[in-house]
Amino acid sequence: MQRSALIVFLLLVTGVSILGFYAARWRRADLDQLHEWGLGGRRFGTWVTWFVLGGDIYTAYTFVALPALVFGAGAIGFFAMPYTIICYPLVFAVLPRLWRVAHRHNHITGADFVRDRYDSPLLGLLVAVTGILAVMPYIALQLVGIEVVLAGLGLPTRGWEGDLPLVIAFAALAAYTYTSGLRAAALIAVVKDLLIYVTVIAAVIVIPRELGGFGKIFAAVPAAKVMLAKPAAGSLGSYSAFATLALGSAVALFAYPHVLTGTLSADSPRTVARNMAFLPAYTFALGLIALLGFMAVAAGVDKLPQFAGYFRQYSNNFAVPALFMKSFSGWFTGVAFAAIAIGALVPAAIMSIAASNLWTRNIYRQYLRPECSGPEEARQAKVVSLVVKFGALVFAIALPTSYAINLQLLGSIWIIQTVPALAFGLYTRWFHRWALAVGWLVGMVLGTWMEALLRFKGAVYPLHLLGTVVPTYIAVTAVVVNIVVAVALTLVFRALGIAAGTDRTAPADYQSAPA
Amino acid sequence: MNAAAERRANSRRWWLLLLVVPLIATLWVPWFAHAHPVLFGLPFFYWYLLAWAPGSVVCSAFVYFKTRDVI
Repeated sequence: MQRSALIVFLLLVTGVSILGFYAARWRRADLDQLHEWGLGGRRFGTWVTWFVLGGDIYTAYTFVALPALVFGAGAIGFFAMPYTIICYPLVFAVLPRLWRVAHRHNHITGADFVRDRYDSPLLGLLVAVTGILAVMPYIALQLVGIEVVLAGLGLPTRGWEGDLPLVIAFAALAAYTYTSGLRAAALIAVVKDLLIYVTVIAAVIVIPRELGGFGKIFAAVPAAKVMLAKPAAGSLGSYSAFATLALGSAVALFAYPHVLTGTLSADSPRTVARNMAFLPAYTFALGLIALLGFMAVAAGVDKLPQFAGYFRQYSNNFAVPALFMKSFSGWFTGVAFAAIAIGALVPAAIMSIAASNLWTRNIYRQYLRPECSGPEEARQAKVVSLVVKFGALVFAIALPTSYAINLQLLGSIWIIQTVPALAFGLYTRWFHRWALAVGWLVGMVLGTWMEALLRFKGAVYPLHLLGTVVPTYIAVTAVVVNIVVAVALTLVFRALGIAAGTDRTAPADYQSAPA
Repeated sequence: MNAAAERRANSRRWWLLLLVVPLIATLWVPWFAHAHPVLFGLPFFYWYLLAWAPGSVVCSAFVYFKTRDVI
């Protein structure tokens, strides 16, 4: 591999690491308080929030996993377009509401809100545990993204010295997350976006021209990959798979702890709404990046001898790195790879911060040390942010990753089970706390069981409904069952007169202040 | 909030329905799962979905400016 790529890459990654440590001084405040370390003091304006949420949502998922799916499986991978288009309108009015109530009660996590709303530390615990569990495969996906670019740069990939570059990158990430918290992720997210824009613009100008235009690119892709297969009689085929993958991913997205962290760190509900209105602009870039998968097919990167070893080790996930190495000069490959790696480090940082907020607030302080002081709470969160990253390493090693996107689809199957408690709870107190808890349990068990039937290699399970086969994203199936159980049991528990607890929020907490 | 202001706020919330448009437009697959017409070499399926990214911004931005006083 060209030395220039490695040098540029190392310069950029070292630069953002220094920026990460410097971030502790940015908008200086007492980082021994959890809302300062873990929420940036709730002072991020429209622009910073744009970068933080953009850094949350457009990750190695976008730059590596998604084009890998398009490369290997074709049009179905484009479900990510409707996913990242509809996720914002879905929560346009929901998240500003959450922001207001969280602000009034100093909630740092979604689990904080659920606990106060339903007077149920247990329900808070369930939301917290789900959040921690669900971000681990998502962080693992980021690891896969970093791994493939490190390999592309010619660093060793096997044996103990093969793990070393990844461990060093992660240690740096862990260190500046520890010292600077969410501020580090926010500052680095700005650099990440600049690098991504430059890379994407260059890629969609240079590569299609090299390959003779989009017409030629699509002509080189097998027809079965270019279009979703028309469903056979008696089946909804790829159509229902496509739509439910998009819908399930979109509904799940805003229950993810790191997205709630990004939302709650904004300085006002209007900042949140403004971002929900304008973030879909980023989705256009996501679509272009997804098309890189087809460009990689047209360029035949998997058939080039110099990449054969990489494809054996990383499968489809190497499609984009290979395409960049083939099309870009050495130093620009370094820029592009740094964009991918930094684009994976930012969300990994925010996810680990969000998971440690959950641990500290809803498990440690709730159950283990109720009397703990502010600084002790913050210190606990910092330490746990390290532990979470190592949990993610386990996922990265243990699960099959021929399609890294399955890691995120798995996380969403779990996190979507907390949507009834979180989202419905923002609008109504009708649901009974124990009904939501049982619904959650049923959804979690059903979703995980269906995944196990697929051996964790896919996320679409064919349902048989009224004589029609309906391939459906497991997250959607499981959350529908979850909701049905929650509704039915709420009726039962209310009829039996089981105590519903005292709502610690008031209707006025959800309303905007009178102008 | 007095009654008149509340009525005004509620009538503005009707704009939120506009947010449903991108949902239906991008989830009803039979509408767009075909190759023609082709634009800049891209089959319909792809440029249709790409076009909905800015399309969704237009819908949401419109709703934002109509409802920002009540958000």
